[in-house]
Amino acid sequence: MSESLWILGAAMTRFTRHANLDAVDLASEAVSGALADGEVGVRDIDVLACGSLFASAGSMGQQILKQVGQTGISVFNVANACATGATAVRTAALAIKAGEAEMALAVGVEKMGKAGLLTGRSRRKPAERVYEPAGRYGSVMPIDGILGTSTMPGVFAQSGMRYVHDNPDVGFEHFAKVAHKNHLHSTLNPLAQYRKAFSLEEIKNSPMVAYPNTLLMCCPTGDGAAAVVLVGGERLASLSASQRRRAVKVSASVQVTDPYTPGGAVMPDVNTLTANAADAAYEMAGVGPEDLDLVELHDCFATAELMHYDNLRLCEPGGGGEFIDSGAPGRDGSLPVNVSGGLISKGHPIGATGVANLFELTAHLRGEAGERQIGGAKVGLAHVIGLGSTCAVHILERSAA
Amino acid sequence: MSSDVPVPIVDYLVLEPEPHLLAWVCVACGARFFDRRNGCASCGSSEFKRVQVSSTGHLRAFTVVHRAAPGIRVPFVSAIVETDDRTFVRSNLLVEHSDPAQIRLPMPVRLTTYAAGIDSRGTECAAFGYVPLERPDRPRAET
Repeated sequence: MSESLWILGAAMTRFTRHANLDAVDLASEAVSGALADGEVGVRDIDVLACGSLFASAGSMGQQILKQVGQTGISVFNVANACATGATAVRTAALAIKAGEAEMALAVGVEKMGKAGLLTGRSRRKPAERVYEPAGRYGSVMPIDGILGTSTMPGVFAQSGMRYVHDNPDVGFEHFAKVAHKNHLHSTLNPLAQYRKAFSLEEIKNSPMVAYPNTLLMCCPTGDGAAAVVLVGGERLASLSASQRRRAVKVSASVQVTDPYTPGGAVMPDVNTLTANAADAAYEMAGVGPEDLDLVELHDCFATAELMHYDNLRLCEPGGGGEFIDSGAPGRDGSLPVNVSGGLISKGHPIGATGVANLFELTAHLRGEAGERQIGGAKVGLAHVIGLGSTCAVHILERSAA
Repeated sequence: MSSDVPVPIVDYLVLEPEPHLLAWVCVACGARFFDRRNGCASCGSSEFKRVQVSSTGHLRAFTVVHRAAPGIRVPFVSAIVETDDRTFVRSNLLVEHSDPAQIRLPMPVRLTTYAAGIDSRGTECAAFGYVPLERPDRPRAET
């Protein structure tokens, strides 16, 4: 039996465009917050895993320690697309599971500003150009926009349209409802980027990005950080009663990559790996979707959330449309999804996201989520997916103590 | 490079005698790839052969892209096509409109080429896309 795993402390910065704070400031704020929340100090930490998609090459983890305590511990700087934060959590968890650390910190941070689409190369014409084949496909010019789209809104739109085809009762209205719900949820979250409710009409009539995803169905870019202190069960037993009471159990921590599926090379299959990760996590935690009190899933676009209802087994196969119609994933529904506002409205500073959703679950499972608290929450699931692809699922449970 | 012979936009597009795509097919399991692979992503085997891809197929998924990087003309219809020999291809659906309601899965399509640009030496770049294919005498393909 390997060591049990617990979240001792958790914190996040507000997700927004922080004009005067850099990534080191944001990450350090989250780290200091998580340490204080767990009632421990930086000298208690044996390992630090730091996730940042854009800053990992700059030894971000070491830069954070220079702000909060340069203790000389082992640091892992990780990047894994939009699952970067969750990968930092997995790395810290592995150190504890392996018996090399009793207590570990996982932090995710991103400073994006107004970054736009992120993917898809510009085709501004240089003054002189000569067509020469280059790269894996021997292309003579950037192909985005000529050979289809590689932008994230477009990729997830195509998957969504396939879901619509496979499930003809699903349509544009359902995707608008997903965004409507998440924007409404974020009005209760002081740490969210938007904090503004929009009507269904406003969402449907906002500028089209990639059909069916309108601007208000797409997550914004922004800045932010989140951190968690993880501790093994044995060390937790030696801590104070208040630390033990507030500790949240990590019943499952799973990360998988995309297995081969036909067509996956040209149209990323975001479904198979999500289902695989979810099934493994349910098995590991010994719980099922019916046991969940809340879910934070990777709604990078409204189309993604609807598909993930299905992939995470929150609804009957093909039943994503019916699920949102029923009101089930609303905060007053039978299985609240993205009560933080989700990526669509809370925001998506890439590296921070997979840690921030654990912060959110932790707050609810402790009964400390304030105005947005889901009453009596005992079990929560957090999901992220990074194109390329990787998927992480964590299941957290309220402490029995 | 002679300026009166167009160059294909990617190396898996062949222009003569009739425009078509080339794929690497795994000899062991039949999985198809447009780029070189050390081993097959599906079965791990390392023997591949080059095959000509069918130029007809059906639309498997699409989106109408309205926001793209600077220099890319929008809107355009991005399409995932499954060819009649079960190769998956990403390209554009070349239609005059951008109304998603007029695009139905699994719409039958065929490959076509067009000039996507001219370089400083006057060499033309030939790109490929798909156009709707009318097949009145055949039942619609089911996916």
